Amino acid sequence: MLLDDMYRDVILDHYRSPRGRKPIEKKDFSSIGHNPACGDDITIQIALENGNISEVFAECKGCAISTASGSIMAEYIKGKSVVEVKQIAQNVRQMLKGEPCELPDDMGDIDALEGVKNFPVRIKCALLAWITLIEGIGNYESGHGDEVALASTEKSED
Amino acid sequence: MHTKPQEITAMADNSSRLSPLTIKADFPVLSQDINGHKIVYLDNAASSQKPQSVIDELSRFYSEDNANIHRGLHTLAERSTDAYESTRKRVAKFIGCQHPEEVILNSGTTAGINLIAFSWGEEHINEGDEIVITEMEHHANLIPWVVLAKRKKAVLKRIPITSDGRLNLDDIEKIITDKTKIVALSHMSNVLGTINPVSEIAEIAHKHGAIVVADGAQAVPHIPVNVTELGVDFYTFSAHKMLGPTGVGVLWGKKELLEKMQPFMTGGEMIREVHFDKVTWAGIPHRFEPGTPNIAGVVGFASAIDYLENIGMDKIRQHEIEITRYALEKLSKIDKLDIQGPTDPDIRGAAISFTDHNVHPHDISTFLDSKGIAIRAGHHCAQPLLRILGKVATARASFYIYNDETDVDKLVEAIIEMKEYFGV
Repeated sequence: MLLDDMYRDVILDHYRSPRGRKPIEKKDFSSIGHNPACGDDITIQIALENGNISEVFAECKGCAISTASGSIMAEYIKGKSVVEVKQIAQNVRQMLKGEPCELPDDMGDIDALEGVKNFPVRIKCALLAWITLIEGIGNYESGHGDEVALASTEKSED
Repeated sequence: MHTKPQEITAMADNSSRLSPLTIKADFPVLSQDINGHKIVYLDNAASSQKPQSVIDELSRFYSEDNANIHRGLHTLAERSTDAYESTRKRVAKFIGCQHPEEVILNSGTTAGINLIAFSWGEEHINEGDEIVITEMEHHANLIPWVVLAKRKKAVLKRIPITSDGRLNLDDIEKIITDKTKIVALSHMSNVLGTINPVSEIAEIAHKHGAIVVADGAQAVPHIPVNVTELGVDFYTFSAHKMLGPTGVGVLWGKKELLEKMQPFMTGGEMIREVHFDKVTWAGIPHRFEPGTPNIAGVVGFASAIDYLENIGMDKIRQHEIEITRYALEKLSKIDKLDIQGPTDPDIRGAAISFTDHNVHPHDISTFLDSKGIAIRAGHHCAQPLLRILGKVATARASFYIYNDETDVDKLVEAIIEMKEYFGV
């Protein structure tokens, strides 16, 4: 087992100084996720401008992996369209579960999460941010963006 | 009965201290490397490792004696019944009870507590009655009472804990009242390590006519336990935490209570006479042992008790006081590390929960594993307690007879290295 394969420098950097911690004044949708296996919690708030994500708040209270994953997500999705981000989040989920997936050419720091899939007990930690984001987008798309969507790594199929 | 003499190498030691290194050599699993490091197994509160003598006994039983118990009229059935029933006597002697039929062999602590809740509880708990537990209970000695209280509209009360993880008995006379029917408490906490004053509480409970159920899952493997002297009514524990096989446990109960109890599970082997419209139950303990039990596991459990008794429970306790003192002293010197539970090793066991101010328990566990050190991280099946402690999870190192000060040193060294690694 190579510890550094999971805790890559990029991951530790996001963990030590997480992105997306600036509160948003006017959010378009939000979600809260929980990982009962570790007790990790994440709050995600998104503001849009012309269908694109203009501001991201992602605050994760948990382990290094869930914190870093939330931070990587916050950084990566900014500026992208909701449709595009939904697809990427689903692909990241498949990647972490070791399923075939199509990842974008420009992955930002997302590929640093790949090492987690070799640590089965920690996969849910990395998933938390992404499934929470997917729930939030789901609410927004069905016209319930004003309600806080709830996600759990236990409830998902992961 | 057909038995081979036990091969126990650790026992040659007649000195007052046990020798963890000699003992370690009896445990095959502890001879391996994990992630390039000699294994340091510190997850004993979750499950202990097994000595060769126990592993051999399981294999011997399946190779030589295997048959179902209590029903065959052939040699193998006789041998396996003898071996099974002799474990019952062995257990009775080990926990200081006079009547082997008071020993119910089952799958573990959880099965024992559920039996009491569903059998004794079903019959004796009524609306408005009180069930008293403590804030430090493992879910196994918590959920059956939560469910029973809900089902019967009874009141669940709890004995609070002090800031250093002991039971706060200041208001005990208000908590245990004439309405109290059951007091259920842990003998030793799996999170805090605290050894609770079970006898003292049992005396108060009995004054009010309540029965006392003690969860001994963490106690029996580590401290000498005499159920008669403890003065409780029911006592439960599991074999796998005390060198025995998984899926085997014990419920001890006072004869006069057990005899009046209805079975919780029904089926084969627990009856006297069966008709289509009427069934009469077997006597104790068989009334509470339906179906084919884990026979080989029970037989192997006797070898585990042999191993522990050959060392001596007093000696084991003394060893654990010493290793706990050493570990608490070393761990408390680490910067920004909080340790749960009492600081006095004389009133606690060797399960030590800790949290780092910055590194999450799951990251602690993953990091330590990369150094070959196995600990537990999580809520330890005690979510209400963790909430009181203000934690979602803790890391827990728990020591046993094969651990020594070198293991503590390796743990401490790895924690210090971990802090540098995560650099927060």
